[in-house]
Amino acid sequence: MNSLISGHTVRFISLVFLQVLVLNHINFLGYLNPYLYVLFVALYPIKNNRALFLILSFLLGLLIDIFSDSGGIHAAATLTIAYARPIILKFSFGTAYDHQTVKFNTIEFGALLVYFFILILVHHFVLFSLEIFNIKSILLILQETLFSSIFTIILAIIITIIFSRGR
Amino acid sequence: MQQIINFLIRNKTFLLYLLLLSISFVFTIQSHSYHKSKFINSANFLSGGVYNSVNNISEYFKLNEQNALLQQENNTLRTLIYNTTRKNDSIQITYTDSTNISATTYTFTPAVVIKNSYSATDNILLLNKGKRDSIKQDFGVITPRGVLGIVDRTSKKYATVISILNTNSRISAKLKHTNHFGSLLWDGKSPYTVQLKEIPKIAPIKQGDTITTSGLSAIFPKGIPIGTITDFTLDHSKNFYTINVALFNDMTNVEHVYIIENKDQPEIKRLLNPTSDE
Repeated sequence: MNSLISGHTVRFISLVFLQVLVLNHINFLGYLNPYLYVLFVALYPIKNNRALFLILSFLLGLLIDIFSDSGGIHAAATLTIAYARPIILKFSFGTAYDHQTVKFNTIEFGALLVYFFILILVHHFVLFSLEIFNIKSILLILQETLFSSIFTIILAIIITIIFSRGR
Repeated sequence: MQQIINFLIRNKTFLLYLLLLSISFVFTIQSHSYHKSKFINSANFLSGGVYNSVNNISEYFKLNEQNALLQQENNTLRTLIYNTTRKNDSIQITYTDSTNISATTYTFTPAVVIKNSYSATDNILLLNKGKRDSIKQDFGVITPRGVLGIVDRTSKKYATVISILNTNSRISAKLKHTNHFGSLLWDGKSPYTVQLKEIPKIAPIKQGDTITTSGLSAIFPKGIPIGTITDFTLDHSKNFYTINVALFNDMTNVEHVYIIENKDQPEIKRLLNPTSDE
């Protein structure tokens, strides 16, 4: 249990630093940045204290916001996916989630991809809606959501495969 | 009463979610209104310190480029000095005017950009000078090539700058050869072009004309270069031009900047305050 907590603490801190120091400055094709820190929310243990999980996600988003001067957009987006995670888990893993047997190290690739895809898409949509904050630019919001999501998903999958043990 | 408590306990996750969400909405809305982002900004001990130490390392990789840029600027200034003492009718007259005044009205503080940003719709930069160096809100920031932005929040050692690449930024700008002025805005698309609006139809403009600061806002001196006109259209009312301006600055690559303090700004503000907010 202790190693689990310290493992998540390390993941939390390293994801924040990776995000603000490296990934925020990629600007692929001029404006595309992956938001890899959602991995913390995605890979958080399934059996959890929901209140603590929400607060942690909020703090994670807020830290990213402080570093990137973006108000509260990351906090809102991360909080939303943390709240919606049980629904997304249920949708992508079906009965396995109902029986509380989902382990991120052992589930099949397809289900993991669907899970990441929905989670990241929701996160990015909230993020860019709040960032652009203008209903007239809905096309720009959708465009940025789509492209950044693809970027984030590819990176997230790669990182998960690299760091997962026993695969 | 019992039922209310039961309701609260049953929905505590949802209520917590709503509470945190509304907090983040408050921060977001603050960040979208000019000069309102009180709590969430990178000019603090933690993020400022992190960016500063990272920049200490990364600035070495850009040394050559930045040296060339500084030498170029020195060259321009040197040309200016030796030419203006001999003949006063040079075309640089607006620019020399402002530099002559600067000895008394404007003071310049050199600073280094430790966090650049240009891909978001509201870009904010971080500088390594703060209250300790008597930097305050509404000071202008320029680079050797042109305008960069306006100081927003300051902490002891750091200051955030609202870049011209920010949809909330409004800088008063004019045509270099006439005095027709308008507002410089950004549509959030390309980091190389900004939009100049409210230039009256009567103004003689053509492609390639230079746009400079107007000196009307008491933030920037008159005549700091901004960019050149790439194309222009009339707006819906057919009375004003909307002009695309290609920036002189490469906003994706800024390092050494100057913070301008206008010593007369408080006085000018006080005088204009009842009628205008800038």
